[in-house]
Amino acid sequence: MPPFSRGFHGRRRADVDPSRLPPGQYLTPDFPVLSAGPTPHTPLDEWSLTIDGAVDAAVSWSWEAFLALPTETFTVDIHCVTKWSKLDTTWTGVSVDTLLKDVETAADYVTAWSDGDYTTNVPLEDLTGGRAWVVHTYDAAPLEPEHGGPARLLVPHLYFWKSAKWLRGLTLTVQDEPGFWESVGYHNYGDPWREQRYWSD
Amino acid sequence: MTRRAPVVWRTATVRGVVAESHHARTLVLDVPEWPGHRAGQHVDLRLTAEDGYQAQRSYSIASAPELDALEITVELIDDGEVSPYLVEEVRPGDQFEVRGPIGGHFTWSVPDGGPLLLIGGGSGLVPLMSMLRHRAARRSEVETRLLVSARGAEDALHSDELASLEPSAGLHVAWTFTRTPPPGWTGWARRVDAAMLAELGPGPDAGARSFVCGPTPFVERVAELLVEAGHDPRAIHAERFGPTGG
Repeated sequence: MPPFSRGFHGRRRADVDPSRLPPGQYLTPDFPVLSAGPTPHTPLDEWSLTIDGAVDAAVSWSWEAFLALPTETFTVDIHCVTKWSKLDTTWTGVSVDTLLKDVETAADYVTAWSDGDYTTNVPLEDLTGGRAWVVHTYDAAPLEPEHGGPARLLVPHLYFWKSAKWLRGLTLTVQDEPGFWESVGYHNYGDPWREQRYWSD
Repeated sequence: MTRRAPVVWRTATVRGVVAESHHARTLVLDVPEWPGHRAGQHVDLRLTAEDGYQAQRSYSIASAPELDALEITVELIDDGEVSPYLVEEVRPGDQFEVRGPIGGHFTWSVPDGGPLLLIGGGSGLVPLMSMLRHRAARRSEVETRLLVSARGAEDALHSDELASLEPSAGLHVAWTFTRTPPPGWTGWARRVDAAMLAELGPGPDAGARSFVCGPTPFVERVAELLVEAGHDPRAIHAERFGPTGG
């Protein structure tokens, strides 16, 4: 039984559907920024997106080729491990299913890697089946650099650190390899509905 | 890999409160079986109302790992849900829960060495204070430069303590006031810019570890200035907080 905090009443939100807010989260109308270093600014003519690792043949797209892939526009809720959640965010990008369409692999895991040396690990099955995208547009405008532009991974059913900003590649791996935050005490999987914030959760 | 204690909720009892400015105060907490922390880490804090309603937020740890208490310094956020309680309501003896320590990137310990470049905007000074207090507790003489950007003298946290720390060998503390400098102030009175960082030093060739903490636009701008000045982006550690929810 947690101790009561004398004099704390809280501010319950009558306008929030509790079924959309994972435990320990609060709603924000803003779009806060969380990154561990400076925001990278890779010129688009030097940008590419690569799928490599345990695959028969690596594939890579230039910015133009990436933009030419079929896109989806979708609206999802996002949940950051630092406690904010934002409902009904609208994105446009390429489904990871589309990126993996011609990829043969025996891998069960993916390391997403980014400009700025960021990495995060996700089971492959969490990136497929229409559950993950590489997005370049937020709210009908090009994705701002501080929010991960030119393109970021979006895996809305996991805490938002799994949605790697400034994405440059997906490396398919046979073994699960902890990424940047996963190596320093954050949860390896990160399901907000099970409040998997830290390694022992 | 270091051994980690499980990140579990522990009851914190308020030992004391210290007013730091008209809108910020430090809570001195007793947390039985606190596993210890590294300077720069943060805690999650959970309040529970009598009817069971709970709210969680994250706060940087202000105290040195060497202190026998856990301190957080909380700034009041208008319209916040948790910070008004912590800044205006809490008194000694009150209880809530904390868990941690959390974060392994924005941290510094004496053996990590220097030089150190610490740049804080507003209450972004808090985790940097933990590093400076740790440095002082260990009598470290690692070359350290601290730049604090505050709106005015009444927003300047810990100015007396920083003045008392500064005679320490190797420590240089600089302030810039962006809105209302104190009367007679002859130092910097503008937003952090490239010229200011060049004058502050150390230069990009010194191999400094930089820690930048503050509101998102502040951190974005300062980190970008450091990169443009030639600092290695991998040695720039950033901690951003948004004006949200609090």
